[in-house]
Amino acid sequence: MELYRAHVLVCAGAGCISSGCQAVKSALEESIDRLGLKREVKVVETGCMGPCDLGPVIVVYPEGVFYRQLKPADAVEIAEEHLLKGRVVERLLYKAPENGKTAVTSDQIDFFKKQTRIALRNTGIINPESVEEYIARDGYRALGKVLTSMTPEEVIECIKKSGLRGRGGAGFPTGLKWEFSAKAPGKPRYVVCNADEGDPGAFMDRSILEGDPHSVLEAMAICGYAIGSSQGYVYVRAEYPLAVQRLSLAIEKAREYGLLGQNIFGTGFSFDVEIRVGAGAFVCGEETALLASIEGRRGEPRPRPPFPAQEGLWGKPTVINNVETWANIPPIILNGPEWFASIGTEKSKGTKVFALAGKVNNTGLVEVPMGTTLREIIFDIGGGIPGGKQFKAAQTGGPSGGCIPARYLDVPVDYESLTQLGAIMGSGGLIIMDEDTCMVDLARFFLEFVQDESCGKCSPCRIGTKRMLEIVERITRGEGRDGDIELLEELGQGIKSSALCGLGQTAPNPVLSTIRHFREEYEAHIYHKKCPAGVCRALMVYAIDAEKCNGCGRCALVCPAKAISGEKKKPHRIDVEKCLRCGTCMEKCKFGAIYTI
Amino acid sequence: MKSLAELDKLREKLQEEMRLREGKEEVKVVVTMGTCGIASGAREVLTAILEEIGKRGLKGVTVTQTGCAGLCHCEPLVEVERPGRDKVTYGHVDEKKAREIVVSHLVNGQIIKEWAIK
Repeated sequence: MELYRAHVLVCAGAGCISSGCQAVKSALEESIDRLGLKREVKVVETGCMGPCDLGPVIVVYPEGVFYRQLKPADAVEIAEEHLLKGRVVERLLYKAPENGKTAVTSDQIDFFKKQTRIALRNTGIINPESVEEYIARDGYRALGKVLTSMTPEEVIECIKKSGLRGRGGAGFPTGLKWEFSAKAPGKPRYVVCNADEGDPGAFMDRSILEGDPHSVLEAMAICGYAIGSSQGYVYVRAEYPLAVQRLSLAIEKAREYGLLGQNIFGTGFSFDVEIRVGAGAFVCGEETALLASIEGRRGEPRPRPPFPAQEGLWGKPTVINNVETWANIPPIILNGPEWFASIGTEKSKGTKVFALAGKVNNTGLVEVPMGTTLREIIFDIGGGIPGGKQFKAAQTGGPSGGCIPARYLDVPVDYESLTQLGAIMGSGGLIIMDEDTCMVDLARFFLEFVQDESCGKCSPCRIGTKRMLEIVERITRGEGRDGDIELLEELGQGIKSSALCGLGQTAPNPVLSTIRHFREEYEAHIYHKKCPAGVCRALMVYAIDAEKCNGCGRCALVCPAKAISGEKKKPHRIDVEKCLRCGTCMEKCKFGAIYTI
Repeated sequence: MKSLAELDKLREKLQEEMRLREGKEEVKVVVTMGTCGIASGAREVLTAILEEIGKRGLKGVTVTQTGCAGLCHCEPLVEVERPGRDKVTYGHVDEKKAREIVVSHLVNGQIIKEWAIK
């Protein structure tokens, strides 16, 4: 590395890549070259900075100026104005949607201001392909510290004292897990990183792997020292090509520097990491299925106990933690367990990363202390609901989780409070829904997902979720029957208590939690044959407002079922029997005369 | 990497290059780079300053640029701001002078009075 007068950070998270950051970056680099600034200005690709809906974004240091939604031409302007002449390009700064206030630097934006970044401490700040930048930000110092000044027992004690719990969903105390493995008989032992993130809408783990891969490698090596293991595996899905690529590069660089491999820091400790690429089956996120997949067998779960900590990979003691959990380890070692335990709530320590998605203004990646309320996450950081619509519910934990209705917006988010509400912390997917979302349809979506992803090994999950899906589908078609709700509840409880693994045991959650909080919506579908949110097509009736219709005939022209008739220049009408409920007429009507009941 | 000390040494060197992103300013060197400044050689001055700072391993110095300061006849201008001290502005700086400013002012804390604009 060399000294530059300015660093330009280009976000190259998957979100920004898909909104075109590579073209912006090459325009920027070309301009810098053309203007002769190559020796003064350094362009750096980073991992996800978080505000994905503002992409492509860049930040110019030392001032820290934050530019958003850039096109290649904008990048040229930034190079000519800001980088060459030192003038900030006002036009490209962020403006708060609620009051139009311009923010020059990212710390003036609410989205960033209210976050506490531990797991994401480097993501969006360093170049993930440069081990040097990671080292400059205290990288591998924690590994050095444990290898030279701590015993394995002290490391485990430190993690236990910090109160860190698994970020993959279930929230098992991490230190305890390590201790079980360290004390279990059998050698060799293994360290595994679960990067098989599969919840729809969740991308926390991907962003960490893409933005700060070394933090995971360092943490795995620390665990290797603590439990007496010299081999780690990262199980990552093939759908994350960029994560696989950056992680491979990180492993290569770490080996080059001697931070992985034989005799690390001359202490005699050896540890290496290999990548195992999964084919993307959802069930492989379940730890026993994941281990089976690493071993080269079919990705199917097995009953626990024995837990992987005792009998894991090839029957040997194995610590398996999720990506975000790993990313928390180095700062805990460096700053001490007391520091970590001072953040969060009594039983949930530290921070949690959430992937904000759905009907929210600022979609993206956020990290907040445990115990932050949903209201703060959705309205202060997320910027509220677009289009002035009402917030209806938030879905946490993906297909294993549940929904939280508006009346619980002020509940502090931690493991216990979410479980109490019938949802779970999960891996951190947070899908926001507004008044236009039908909760029955939502339950159907998740049920369809788990039904599709069920591995089929145990019957409660294989057959039970199928039967539940059939019932829910029937309800959305307007063919719901008296007793369906109770039947769903009974089936759900049965599957929960008898399925083999976490996938099946949590699969009924979206249905059960929507019944619990939105029972009236199910009843409206079943008894009144109505979808209050206007989503379930089969339950909608299209009609024409005779007062607004001037008989232009556009609707009749586009109707694929020829269900609309009427004389020219006179109000038309829709034949309910023939109507397919496709909604094309509504889209085409220029006078807003077509409505649904 | 054979020891922790080696990592520490490497980190110290790398940290200086990353300091730019921390937003903590200590000593600031500003080169005025309006059209007039650039025309009279400010760019070469800036590169020289960066090089000299890198060569000497100076810590806590931010080098940045600004627009025309209105003193076009004195360009290239270099301003040195140290916390709690008055700003010193040097005029008619060239590459050679720039390097000397780094050595004398930034390293040894001696203001080169004859080049400073009053």
